[in-house]
Amino acid sequence: MTLLSLRGIRKSFGAVDVLHGVDLSVAAGEVVGLVGDNGAGKSTLMKTITGIYRADSGSIEFDGKDILALDPGQRRQLGIEMIYQDLSLAKQQDVASNIFLGREPTKRLFGLFPGFVDKGEMDRQAAKMIERLGAHLPSINRSVGSFSGGQQQTVAIARALTFNPKLVIMDEPTAALAVREVQSVLDLIRRLKSEGIAVILISHRLNDVLSVTDRIVVLRHGRADADLVTARTNMNEVVSRIVGGGDIAAAAAHEQRG
Amino acid sequence: MAPEMAQPGFWARVQRASVERLHIRLESLVVLLALSTVMALLSPYFLSLSNFLNILLATSTIGVLAIAATFVIGSGGLDLSLGSVMGLAGVAGAFVAVNLGWPSVLAVLACILAGALAGYINGQLVTRAFVPAFIVTLGMLGLARGLALVISQGRAIYGLPPEIVYIGQGRTFGIPMPVIIFVLTAIVAHAVLAYTRFGRHTLALGDSEGAARAAGIRVEHHRRIIYTLSGALAGLAGLLFTARVNAGDPTAGINYELTAITAAIIGGTNLFGGRASILGTMIGALIMGVLQNGLTLLAVQSYYQQMAIGAVLILAVFIDQYQVRKESRV
Repeated sequence: MTLLSLRGIRKSFGAVDVLHGVDLSVAAGEVVGLVGDNGAGKSTLMKTITGIYRADSGSIEFDGKDILALDPGQRRQLGIEMIYQDLSLAKQQDVASNIFLGREPTKRLFGLFPGFVDKGEMDRQAAKMIERLGAHLPSINRSVGSFSGGQQQTVAIARALTFNPKLVIMDEPTAALAVREVQSVLDLIRRLKSEGIAVILISHRLNDVLSVTDRIVVLRHGRADADLVTARTNMNEVVSRIVGGGDIAAAAAHEQRG
Repeated sequence: MAPEMAQPGFWARVQRASVERLHIRLESLVVLLALSTVMALLSPYFLSLSNFLNILLATSTIGVLAIAATFVIGSGGLDLSLGSVMGLAGVAGAFVAVNLGWPSVLAVLACILAGALAGYINGQLVTRAFVPAFIVTLGMLGLARGLALVISQGRAIYGLPPEIVYIGQGRTFGIPMPVIIFVLTAIVAHAVLAYTRFGRHTLALGDSEGAARAAGIRVEHHRRIIYTLSGALAGLAGLLFTARVNAGDPTAGINYELTAITAAIIGGTNLFGGRASILGTMIGALIMGVLQNGLTLLAVQSYYQQMAIGAVLILAVFIDQYQVRKESRV
Protein backbone atom coordinates (compact mmCIF):
# COMPACT_ATOMS: atom_id res chain seq x y z
CA MET A 1 0.00 0.00 0.00
CA THR A 2 1.41 3.36 -0.97
CA LEU A 3 1.80 5.60 2.07
CA LEU A 4 3.49 8.61 0.53
CA SER A 5 3.27 9.61 -3.08
CA LEU A 6 4.98 12.63 -4.62
CA ARG A 7 4.37 13.52 -8.26
CA GLY A 8 6.07 16.22 -10.27
CA ILE A 9 7.32 18.21 -7.28
CA ARG A 10 8.95 21.44 -8.37
CA LYS A 11 10.58 23.97 -6.10
CA SER A 12 12.70 26.98 -6.83
CA PHE A 13 14.21 29.68 -4.70
CA GLY A 14 14.20 32.88 -6.73
CA ALA A 15 16.05 32.11 -9.93
CA VAL A 16 17.49 28.84 -8.61
CA ASP A 17 15.52 25.73 -9.55
CA VAL A 18 16.24 23.08 -6.95
CA LEU A 19 13.63 20.43 -7.71
CA HIS A 20 12.55 19.85 -11.33
CA GLY A 21 9.60 17.53 -10.98
CA VAL A 22 10.45 14.80 -8.48
CA ASP A 23 8.42 11.58 -8.33
CA LEU A 24 8.77 9.48 -5.20
CA SER A 25 6.66 6.90 -3.49
CA VAL A 26 7.05 5.10 -0.18
CA ALA A 27 4.96 2.13 0.91
CA ALA A 28 3.86 1.52 4.50
CA GLY A 29 6.66 -0.11 6.47
CA GLU A 30 9.13 0.39 3.67
CA VAL A 31 12.65 1.71 4.21
CA VAL A 32 13.72 3.94 1.34
CA GLY A 33 17.21 5.33 1.04
CA LEU A 34 17.53 8.79 -0.49
CA VAL A 35 20.98 9.41 -1.85
CA GLY A 36 22.57 12.01 -4.06
CA ASP A 37 25.46 14.38 -4.27
CA ASN A 38 25.61 17.60 -2.30
CA GLY A 39 23.21 20.07 -3.82
CA ALA A 40 21.08 17.38 -5.49
CA GLY A 41 18.05 18.62 -3.55
CA LYS A 42 17.71 16.02 -0.79
CA SER A 43 17.11 18.47 2.05
CA THR A 44 14.76 20.61 -0.01
CA LEU A 45 12.76 17.54 -0.97
CA MET A 46 12.46 16.42 2.66
CA LYS A 47 11.38 19.87 3.75
CA THR A 48 8.62 19.88 1.14
CA ILE A 49 7.44 16.57 2.61
CA THR A 50 7.43 17.83 6.21
CA GLY A 51 5.82 21.07 5.08
CA ILE A 52 8.58 23.51 6.00
CA TYR A 53 8.72 24.42 2.28
CA ARG A 54 5.66 24.65 0.07
CA ALA A 55 6.18 22.98 -3.31
CA ASP A 56 5.69 25.33 -6.28
CA SER A 57 3.80 22.65 -8.18
CA GLY A 58 3.13 18.92 -8.12
CA SER A 59 1.12 16.81 -5.72
CA ILE A 60 1.84 15.18 -2.38
CA GLU A 61 -0.46 12.49 -1.07
CA PHE A 62 0.00 10.92 2.34
CA ASP A 63 -2.17 8.06 3.53
CA GLY A 64 -4.61 8.77 0.71
CA LYS A 65 -4.97 12.45 1.54
CA ASP A 66 -3.73 15.46 -0.40
CA ILE A 67 -1.43 17.23 2.08
CA LEU A 68 0.03 19.90 -0.20
CA ALA A 69 -1.81 22.71 1.60
CA LEU A 70 -1.11 21.52 5.16
CA ASP A 71 1.41 23.15 7.49
CA PRO A 72 4.18 21.21 9.34
CA GLY A 73 2.09 20.80 12.50
CA GLN A 74 -0.83 19.32 10.60
CA ARG A 75 1.42 16.96 8.66
CA ARG A 76 3.02 15.80 11.90
CA GLN A 77 -0.44 15.04 13.25
CA LEU A 78 -1.10 12.90 10.20
CA GLY A 79 2.06 10.94 11.03
CA ILE A 80 5.07 12.50 9.30
CA GLU A 81 8.01 12.85 11.63
CA MET A 82 11.51 14.11 10.87
CA ILE A 83 14.70 13.55 12.87
CA TYR A 84 17.31 16.15 12.00
CA GLN A 85 21.01 15.50 11.94
CA ASP A 86 21.59 17.66 15.02
CA LEU A 87 18.82 15.63 16.74
CA SER A 88 17.40 18.79 18.38
CA LEU A 89 17.99 17.46 21.87
CA ALA A 90 18.24 19.55 25.02
CA LYS A 91 21.56 18.13 26.19
CA GLN A 92 21.40 19.11 29.87
CA GLN A 93 17.93 17.63 30.38
CA ASP A 94 17.23 13.98 31.08
CA VAL A 95 15.76 11.34 28.79
CA ALA A 96 12.11 11.75 29.72
CA SER A 97 12.32 15.54 29.55
CA ASN A 98 13.57 15.30 25.99
CA ILE A 99 11.08 12.68 24.86
CA PHE A 100 8.13 14.64 26.23
CA LEU A 101 9.45 18.17 25.66
CA GLY A 102 6.50 20.40 24.89
CA ARG A 103 3.95 17.67 25.65
CA GLU A 104 4.66 16.81 29.29
CA PRO A 105 1.88 14.91 31.05
CA THR A 106 0.57 17.06 33.89
CA LYS A 107 -1.22 16.59 37.18
CA ARG A 108 -2.61 18.88 39.85
CA LEU A 109 -0.39 19.56 42.86
CA PHE A 110 -2.33 18.67 46.02
CA GLY A 111 -5.31 18.33 43.69
CA LEU A 112 -5.33 22.10 43.39
CA PHE A 113 -2.68 23.69 41.19
CA PRO A 114 -2.71 22.60 37.56
CA GLY A 115 0.25 22.54 35.21
CA PHE A 116 2.58 20.45 37.33
CA VAL A 117 4.60 17.89 35.40
CA ASP A 118 3.88 14.27 36.26
CA LYS A 119 7.54 13.20 36.35
CA GLY A 120 6.80 9.67 37.54
CA GLU A 121 4.43 9.04 34.65
CA MET A 122 6.91 10.64 32.25
CA ASP A 123 9.77 8.41 33.43
CA ARG A 124 7.62 5.28 33.20
CA GLN A 125 6.52 6.04 29.65
CA ALA A 126 10.03 7.03 28.61
CA ALA A 127 11.45 3.76 29.95
CA LYS A 128 8.75 1.88 28.03
CA MET A 129 9.65 3.70 24.82
CA ILE A 130 13.33 2.89 25.16
CA GLU A 131 12.47 -0.74 25.89
CA ARG A 132 10.18 -0.88 22.86
CA LEU A 133 13.17 0.13 20.74
CA GLY A 134 15.17 -2.71 22.27
CA ALA A 135 17.81 -0.19 23.32
CA HIS A 136 19.76 0.21 26.51
CA LEU A 137 20.63 3.50 28.18
CA PRO A 138 22.87 3.90 31.24
CA SER A 139 20.16 5.71 33.18
CA ILE A 140 16.94 7.40 32.27
CA ASN A 141 17.59 10.19 34.79
CA ARG A 142 20.88 11.28 33.33
CA SER A 143 21.35 14.30 31.10
CA VAL A 144 21.24 13.31 27.45
CA GLY A 145 24.52 15.12 26.77
CA SER A 146 26.40 12.50 28.79
CA PHE A 147 25.30 9.78 26.34
CA SER A 148 27.12 8.56 23.25
CA GLY A 149 25.98 9.64 19.78
CA GLY A 150 24.08 6.39 19.22
CA GLN A 151 22.33 6.62 22.56
CA GLN A 152 21.31 10.19 21.77
CA GLN A 153 19.97 8.95 18.45
CA THR A 154 17.91 6.42 20.42
CA VAL A 155 16.38 9.21 22.49
CA ALA A 156 15.58 11.22 19.36
CA ILE A 157 13.88 8.19 17.76
CA ALA A 158 11.97 7.41 20.96
CA ARG A 159 10.69 10.98 20.95
CA ALA A 160 9.60 10.65 17.34
CA LEU A 161 7.72 7.45 18.24
CA THR A 162 5.58 9.20 20.85
CA PHE A 163 3.82 10.98 17.97
CA ASN A 164 2.79 7.59 16.55
CA PRO A 165 4.30 8.36 13.16
CA LYS A 166 3.59 6.39 9.99
CA LEU A 167 6.66 7.83 8.31
CA VAL A 168 9.97 8.81 9.90
CA ILE A 169 12.47 10.80 7.88
CA MET A 170 16.03 10.51 9.17
CA ASP A 171 18.75 12.91 8.05
CA GLU A 172 22.25 11.38 8.21
CA PRO A 173 21.59 9.42 11.41
CA THR A 174 24.88 7.52 11.20
CA ALA A 175 27.15 10.30 9.99
CA ALA A 176 28.94 11.04 13.26
CA LEU A 177 28.84 7.63 14.92
CA ALA A 178 31.39 5.00 15.88
CA VAL A 179 31.20 1.71 13.97
CA ARG A 180 29.48 -0.25 16.75
CA GLU A 181 26.99 2.59 17.23
CA VAL A 182 26.11 2.59 13.54
CA GLN A 183 24.92 -1.02 13.85
CA SER A 184 22.65 -0.19 16.76
CA VAL A 185 21.08 2.71 14.86
CA LEU A 186 20.55 0.48 11.81
CA ASP A 187 18.89 -2.02 14.17
CA LEU A 188 16.60 0.76 15.37
CA ILE A 189 15.59 1.45 11.76
CA ARG A 190 14.83 -2.25 11.25
CA ARG A 191 12.78 -2.14 14.46
CA LEU A 192 10.72 0.75 13.08
CA LYS A 193 10.13 -1.20 9.88
CA SER A 194 9.02 -4.26 11.83
CA GLU A 195 6.41 -2.09 13.54
CA GLY A 196 5.06 -1.06 10.14
CA ILE A 197 6.60 2.40 10.20
CA ALA A 198 8.03 3.65 6.91
CA VAL A 199 11.47 5.27 6.96
CA ILE A 200 13.16 7.61 4.51
CA LEU A 201 16.88 7.45 5.19
CA ILE A 202 19.04 10.27 3.89
CA SER A 203 22.67 9.23 4.05
CA HIS A 204 26.03 9.61 2.43
CA ARG A 205 27.13 6.31 3.94
CA LEU A 206 26.16 4.00 1.12
CA ASN A 207 27.15 0.87 3.04
CA ASP A 208 24.53 1.73 5.64
CA VAL A 209 21.94 2.52 2.96
CA LEU A 210 22.60 -0.76 1.16
CA SER A 211 22.36 -2.79 4.36
CA VAL A 212 19.11 -1.44 5.75
CA THR A 213 16.88 -0.20 2.90
CA ASP A 214 14.33 -1.89 0.63
CA ARG A 215 14.74 0.64 -2.16
CA ILE A 216 17.22 3.34 -3.04
CA VAL A 217 16.18 6.53 -4.79
CA VAL A 218 18.96 8.55 -6.38
CA LEU A 219 18.38 12.28 -6.57
CA ARG A 220 20.40 14.04 -9.25
CA HIS A 221 20.08 17.63 -10.45
CA GLY A 222 16.69 17.94 -8.79
CA ARG A 223 15.17 14.79 -10.29
CA ALA A 224 14.62 11.27 -9.00
CA ASP A 225 17.17 9.90 -11.44
CA ALA A 226 17.01 6.25 -10.41
CA ASP A 227 14.76 4.04 -8.31
CA LEU A 228 16.66 0.87 -7.43
CA VAL A 229 15.57 -2.22 -5.52
CA THR A 230 18.27 -2.67 -2.90
CA ALA A 231 18.36 -6.45 -3.21
CA ARG A 232 19.09 -6.19 -6.92
CA THR A 233 21.68 -3.45 -6.96
CA ASN A 234 25.17 -2.89 -5.65
CA MET A 235 27.59 -0.19 -4.61
CA ASN A 236 28.94 0.36 -8.14
CA GLU A 237 25.53 0.95 -9.64
CA VAL A 238 24.43 3.32 -6.87
CA VAL A 239 27.62 5.35 -7.11
CA SER A 240 27.44 5.55 -10.88
CA ARG A 241 23.86 6.82 -10.69
CA ILE A 242 24.86 9.43 -8.11
CA VAL A 243 27.77 10.81 -10.10
CA GLY A 244 26.02 10.16 -13.43
CA GLY A 245 28.70 8.52 -15.53
CA GLY A 246 32.23 9.92 -15.52
CA ASP A 247 34.92 8.08 -13.65
CA ILE A 248 32.64 5.53 -12.06
CA ALA A 249 35.25 2.98 -11.14
CA ALA A 250 37.36 5.51 -9.27
CA ALA A 251 34.36 6.91 -7.44
CA ALA A 252 33.17 3.43 -6.46
CA ALA A 253 36.61 2.47 -5.26
CA HIS A 254 36.68 5.63 -3.18
CA GLU A 255 33.32 4.80 -1.62
CA GLN A 256 34.38 1.27 -0.78
CA ARG A 257 37.51 2.54 0.90
CA GLY A 258 35.54 5.14 2.84
CA MET B 1 33.42 7.36 59.22
CA ALA B 2 30.55 5.55 57.62
CA PRO B 3 31.64 2.55 55.58
CA GLU B 4 30.04 3.95 52.40
CA MET B 5 32.58 6.74 52.44
CA ALA B 6 35.23 4.27 51.40
CA GLN B 7 33.31 3.17 48.30
CA PRO B 8 34.61 4.67 45.07
CA GLY B 9 32.39 7.30 43.62
CA PHE B 10 30.34 7.85 46.76
CA TRP B 11 30.78 11.59 46.59
CA ALA B 12 30.01 11.56 42.88
CA ARG B 13 26.81 9.60 43.47
CA VAL B 14 25.65 11.90 46.26
CA GLN B 15 26.41 14.86 44.01
CA ARG B 16 24.38 13.39 41.19
CA ALA B 17 21.48 12.48 43.48
CA SER B 18 21.38 15.98 44.94
CA VAL B 19 21.32 17.51 41.48
CA GLU B 20 18.66 15.10 40.20
CA ARG B 21 16.36 15.07 43.21
CA LEU B 22 16.92 18.36 45.03
CA HIS B 23 18.13 20.43 42.08
CA ILE B 24 21.08 21.78 44.06
CA ARG B 25 24.82 21.51 43.75
CA LEU B 26 26.22 20.03 46.92
CA GLU B 27 29.38 22.13 46.69
CA SER B 28 27.43 25.33 47.28
CA LEU B 29 25.86 23.89 50.44
CA VAL B 30 29.32 22.88 51.69
CA VAL B 31 30.62 26.39 50.97
CA LEU B 32 27.68 27.93 52.86
CA LEU B 33 28.26 25.72 55.91
CA ALA B 34 32.01 26.27 55.85
CA LEU B 35 31.59 30.03 55.53
CA SER B 36 29.07 30.09 58.37
CA THR B 37 31.42 28.05 60.58
CA VAL B 38 34.31 30.41 59.91
CA MET B 39 32.14 33.46 60.66
CA ALA B 40 30.81 31.84 63.85
CA LEU B 41 34.38 31.20 65.01
CA LEU B 42 35.51 34.73 64.16
CA SER B 43 32.57 36.64 65.58
CA PRO B 44 30.65 35.91 68.80
CA TYR B 45 27.64 37.77 67.41
CA PHE B 46 27.24 35.62 64.31
CA LEU B 47 25.43 32.63 65.82
CA SER B 48 22.21 34.11 67.14
CA LEU B 49 18.61 34.04 66.07
CA SER B 50 18.49 37.80 65.68
CA ASN B 51 21.58 37.81 63.48
CA PHE B 52 20.15 34.94 61.46
CA LEU B 53 17.01 37.00 60.84
CA ASN B 54 19.27 39.95 60.05
CA ILE B 55 21.02 37.93 57.37
CA LEU B 56 17.70 36.84 55.91
CA LEU B 57 16.42 40.41 56.01
CA ALA B 58 19.52 41.72 54.28
CA THR B 59 19.28 38.86 51.75
CA SER B 60 15.59 39.34 50.95
CA THR B 61 16.02 42.10 48.34
CA ILE B 62 19.01 40.47 46.68
CA GLY B 63 17.28 37.09 46.98
CA VAL B 64 14.25 38.23 44.99
CA LEU B 65 16.53 39.70 42.33
CA ALA B 66 18.51 36.45 42.29
CA ILE B 67 15.29 34.52 41.59
CA ALA B 68 14.75 36.77 38.57
CA ALA B 69 18.36 36.25 37.47
CA THR B 70 17.91 32.47 37.78
CA PHE B 71 14.92 32.37 35.44
CA VAL B 72 16.53 34.66 32.86
CA ILE B 73 19.97 33.01 32.87
CA GLY B 74 18.40 29.55 33.00
CA SER B 75 16.53 30.38 29.80
CA GLY B 76 19.78 31.36 28.12
CA GLY B 77 19.24 35.10 28.56
CA LEU B 78 20.75 37.80 30.68
CA ASP B 79 19.28 40.72 32.64
CA LEU B 80 21.77 43.38 33.65
CA SER B 81 19.02 45.90 34.36
CA LEU B 82 17.80 44.21 37.57
CA GLY B 83 19.32 46.75 39.98
CA SER B 84 18.24 49.80 37.99
CA VAL B 85 14.72 48.48 37.42
CA MET B 86 14.49 47.81 41.15
CA GLY B 87 15.44 51.45 41.79
CA LEU B 88 12.95 52.70 39.23
CA ALA B 89 10.16 50.56 40.69
CA GLY B 90 10.79 51.85 44.20
CA VAL B 91 10.68 55.45 43.01
CA ALA B 92 7.53 54.79 40.98
CA GLY B 93 5.79 53.33 44.03
CA ALA B 94 6.89 56.21 46.28
CA PHE B 95 5.82 58.75 43.64
CA VAL B 96 2.34 57.22 43.41
CA ALA B 97 1.95 57.08 47.20
CA VAL B 98 3.50 60.42 48.18
CA ASN B 99 3.37 62.83 45.22
CA LEU B 100 0.05 61.60 43.85
CA GLY B 101 -1.31 60.61 47.24
CA TRP B 102 -3.00 57.52 45.85
CA PRO B 103 -3.88 54.54 48.08
CA SER B 104 -1.07 52.22 49.18
CA VAL B 105 -2.45 49.29 47.20
CA LEU B 106 -1.94 51.27 44.01
CA ALA B 107 1.57 52.20 45.11
CA VAL B 108 2.39 48.52 45.61
CA LEU B 109 0.93 47.73 42.18
CA ALA B 110 2.93 50.62 40.67
CA CYS B 111 6.18 49.05 41.93
CA ILE B 112 5.40 45.67 40.39
CA LEU B 113 3.96 47.11 37.16
CA ALA B 114 6.86 49.53 36.61
CA GLY B 115 9.24 46.60 36.92
CA ALA B 116 7.13 44.36 34.70
CA LEU B 117 6.88 47.08 32.06
CA ALA B 118 10.66 47.54 31.96
CA GLY B 119 11.06 43.75 31.68
CA TYR B 120 8.39 43.59 28.96
CA ILE B 121 10.29 46.20 26.95
CA ASN B 122 13.48 44.17 27.44
CA GLY B 123 11.68 41.08 26.17
CA GLN B 124 10.20 42.83 23.15
CA LEU B 125 13.58 44.23 22.12
CA VAL B 126 15.39 40.92 22.60
CA THR B 127 12.86 38.86 20.64
CA ARG B 128 11.62 41.28 18.00
CA ALA B 129 14.44 43.74 17.37
CA PHE B 130 17.14 41.04 17.57
CA VAL B 131 19.36 43.18 19.77
CA PRO B 132 21.41 40.88 22.04
CA ALA B 133 20.11 40.60 25.62
CA PHE B 134 23.44 41.85 26.90
CA ILE B 135 23.01 45.16 25.05
CA VAL B 136 19.26 45.54 25.61
CA THR B 137 19.49 45.08 29.36
CA LEU B 138 22.69 47.13 29.60
CA GLY B 139 20.79 49.92 27.85
CA MET B 140 17.84 49.42 30.20
CA LEU B 141 20.28 49.66 33.12
CA GLY B 142 20.99 53.23 32.02
CA LEU B 143 17.42 54.04 30.94
CA ALA B 144 15.71 52.85 34.12
CA ARG B 145 18.24 54.54 36.39
CA GLY B 146 17.92 57.80 34.49
CA LEU B 147 14.13 57.65 34.57
CA ALA B 148 14.19 56.99 38.32
CA LEU B 149 16.32 60.14 38.78
CA VAL B 150 14.02 62.16 36.49
CA ILE B 151 10.83 61.11 38.31
CA SER B 152 12.31 61.81 41.74
CA GLN B 153 14.21 64.90 40.52
CA GLY B 154 17.34 63.31 41.87
CA ARG B 155 16.17 63.21 45.47
CA ALA B 156 14.75 60.41 47.60
CA ILE B 157 10.98 60.57 48.10
CA TYR B 158 10.16 60.46 51.81
CA GLY B 159 6.93 60.14 53.77
CA LEU B 160 5.56 56.75 52.73
CA PRO B 161 2.22 55.65 54.21
CA PRO B 162 2.39 53.24 57.20
CA GLU B 163 0.96 50.28 55.26
CA ILE B 164 3.91 50.34 52.91
CA VAL B 165 6.42 50.88 55.70
CA TYR B 166 4.92 47.81 57.40
CA ILE B 167 5.85 45.71 54.36
CA GLY B 168 9.48 46.67 54.95
CA GLN B 169 9.74 47.07 58.70
CA GLY B 170 6.83 45.17 60.22
CA ARG B 171 6.99 41.70 61.68
CA THR B 172 4.54 38.82 61.72
CA PHE B 173 5.14 36.20 64.41
CA GLY B 174 8.44 37.97 65.03
CA ILE B 175 9.60 37.41 61.46
CA PRO B 176 10.35 40.50 59.35
CA MET B 177 7.81 40.95 56.54
CA PRO B 178 10.46 41.15 53.77
CA VAL B 179 11.76 37.73 54.88
CA ILE B 180 8.24 36.26 54.73
CA ILE B 181 7.61 37.71 51.28
CA PHE B 182 11.03 36.60 50.06
CA VAL B 183 10.66 33.03 51.33
CA LEU B 184 7.12 32.67 49.90
CA THR B 185 8.31 34.03 46.55
CA ALA B 186 11.20 31.57 46.58
CA ILE B 187 8.93 28.60 47.33
CA VAL B 188 6.54 29.48 44.50
CA ALA B 189 9.44 30.17 42.13
CA HIS B 190 11.10 26.86 42.99
CA ALA B 191 7.89 24.94 42.35
CA VAL B 192 7.37 26.73 39.04
CA LEU B 193 10.93 26.23 37.77
CA ALA B 194 11.42 22.65 38.91
CA TYR B 195 7.99 21.08 38.55
CA THR B 196 5.84 22.89 36.01
CA ARG B 197 5.78 22.78 32.22
CA PHE B 198 6.66 26.47 32.19
CA GLY B 199 9.80 25.84 34.22
CA ARG B 200 10.88 22.85 32.15
CA HIS B 201 10.36 24.76 28.93
CA THR B 202 12.42 27.60 30.38
CA LEU B 203 15.39 25.31 30.95
CA ALA B 204 14.93 23.49 27.63
CA LEU B 205 14.99 26.87 25.93
CA GLY B 206 18.24 27.79 27.65
CA ASP B 207 19.66 24.39 26.82
CA SER B 208 18.90 24.35 23.12
CA GLU B 209 16.67 26.91 21.47
CA GLY B 210 16.49 24.68 18.39
CA ALA B 211 15.25 21.71 20.41
CA ALA B 212 12.66 23.86 22.15
CA ARG B 213 11.46 25.23 18.83
CA ALA B 214 11.31 21.77 17.28
CA ALA B 215 9.23 20.61 20.25
CA GLY B 216 6.64 23.26 19.45
CA ILE B 217 7.48 25.64 22.30
CA ARG B 218 6.75 29.24 21.34
CA VAL B 219 10.30 30.37 21.95
CA GLU B 220 9.97 34.15 21.50
CA HIS B 221 6.70 34.27 23.41
CA HIS B 222 8.30 32.33 26.26
CA ARG B 223 11.30 34.66 26.35
CA ARG B 224 9.05 37.71 26.56
CA ILE B 225 7.23 36.19 29.54
CA ILE B 226 10.55 35.47 31.25
CA TYR B 227 11.87 39.01 30.83
CA THR B 228 8.56 40.45 32.00
CA LEU B 229 8.63 38.13 35.01
CA SER B 230 12.19 39.19 35.71
CA GLY B 231 11.16 42.85 35.64
CA ALA B 232 8.16 42.19 37.89
CA LEU B 233 10.43 40.46 40.43
CA ALA B 234 12.83 43.42 40.29
CA GLY B 235 9.76 45.55 40.99
CA LEU B 236 8.96 43.42 44.03
CA ALA B 237 12.57 43.80 45.21
CA GLY B 238 12.21 47.55 44.74
CA LEU B 239 9.05 47.52 46.87
CA LEU B 240 10.79 45.58 49.67
CA PHE B 241 13.78 47.93 49.64
CA THR B 242 11.73 51.14 49.49
CA ALA B 243 9.47 49.96 52.29
CA ARG B 244 12.43 48.95 54.45
CA VAL B 245 14.33 52.24 54.14
CA ASN B 246 11.06 54.20 54.12
CA ALA B 247 12.01 56.19 51.04
CA GLY B 248 11.85 55.98 47.26
CA ASP B 249 15.58 56.27 46.61
CA PRO B 250 16.54 56.73 42.93
CA THR B 251 20.01 55.33 43.63
CA ALA B 252 18.66 52.15 45.22
CA GLY B 253 19.96 48.90 43.79
CA ILE B 254 23.16 50.15 42.17
CA ASN B 255 25.37 47.11 41.51
CA TYR B 256 22.70 44.77 42.86
CA GLU B 257 22.61 42.89 39.55
CA LEU B 258 26.22 41.92 40.24
CA THR B 259 25.29 40.30 43.56
CA ALA B 260 22.09 38.75 42.20
CA ILE B 261 23.77 37.17 39.20
CA THR B 262 26.61 35.97 41.43
CA ALA B 263 24.11 34.32 43.80
CA ALA B 264 22.44 32.53 40.88
CA ILE B 265 25.75 31.33 39.44
CA ILE B 266 27.08 30.14 42.83
CA GLY B 267 23.81 28.26 43.25
CA GLY B 268 24.60 26.18 40.18
CA THR B 269 22.86 28.08 37.40
CA ASN B 270 24.66 27.47 34.13
CA LEU B 271 25.84 30.83 32.83
CA PHE B 272 24.78 29.78 29.32
CA GLY B 273 21.38 28.42 30.33
CA GLY B 274 19.77 25.00 30.56
CA ARG B 275 20.52 24.31 34.21
CA ALA B 276 19.13 26.28 37.13
CA SER B 277 17.34 25.82 40.42
CA ILE B 278 15.81 28.29 42.83
CA LEU B 279 16.86 26.16 45.81
CA GLY B 280 20.45 26.42 44.61
CA THR B 281 20.09 30.14 44.06
CA MET B 282 18.77 30.55 47.61
CA ILE B 283 21.92 28.87 48.89
CA GLY B 284 23.91 31.20 46.67
CA ALA B 285 22.03 34.23 47.98
CA LEU B 286 22.64 33.07 51.56
CA ILE B 287 26.34 32.71 50.82
CA MET B 288 26.37 36.33 49.65
CA GLY B 289 24.32 37.34 52.70
CA VAL B 290 26.58 35.52 55.16
CA LEU B 291 29.65 36.93 53.45
CA GLN B 292 28.39 40.50 53.68
CA ASN B 293 27.03 40.06 57.21
CA GLY B 294 30.19 38.40 58.44
CA LEU B 295 32.47 41.01 56.90
CA THR B 296 30.31 43.72 58.45
CA LEU B 297 30.47 42.06 61.88
CA LEU B 298 34.23 41.86 61.46
CA ALA B 299 34.21 45.60 60.69
CA VAL B 300 35.61 45.15 57.20
CA GLN B 301 35.01 48.23 55.05
CA SER B 302 32.18 47.86 52.56
CA TYR B 303 34.60 48.62 49.70
CA TYR B 304 36.28 45.31 50.38
CA GLN B 305 32.90 43.57 50.42
CA GLN B 306 32.31 44.83 46.89
CA MET B 307 35.67 43.38 45.85
CA ALA B 308 34.84 40.08 47.56
CA ILE B 309 31.58 39.75 45.63
CA GLY B 310 33.28 40.40 42.32
CA ALA B 311 35.98 37.86 43.09
CA VAL B 312 33.40 35.27 44.17
CA LEU B 313 31.50 35.68 40.87
CA ILE B 314 34.60 35.02 38.78
CA LEU B 315 35.63 32.12 41.03
CA ALA B 316 32.15 30.54 40.84
CA VAL B 317 32.08 30.65 37.03
CA PHE B 318 35.63 29.30 36.92
CA ILE B 319 34.71 26.32 39.12
CA ASP B 320 31.53 25.67 37.13
CA GLN B 321 33.35 25.72 33.80
CA TYR B 322 36.11 23.54 35.24
CA GLN B 323 33.49 20.96 36.28
CA VAL B 324 31.76 21.09 32.91
CA ARG B 325 35.04 20.48 31.10
CA LYS B 326 35.91 17.65 33.47
CA GLU B 327 32.53 15.99 32.94
CA SER B 328 32.72 16.29 29.16
CA ARG B 329 36.07 14.51 29.17
CA VAL B 330 34.62 11.41 30.84
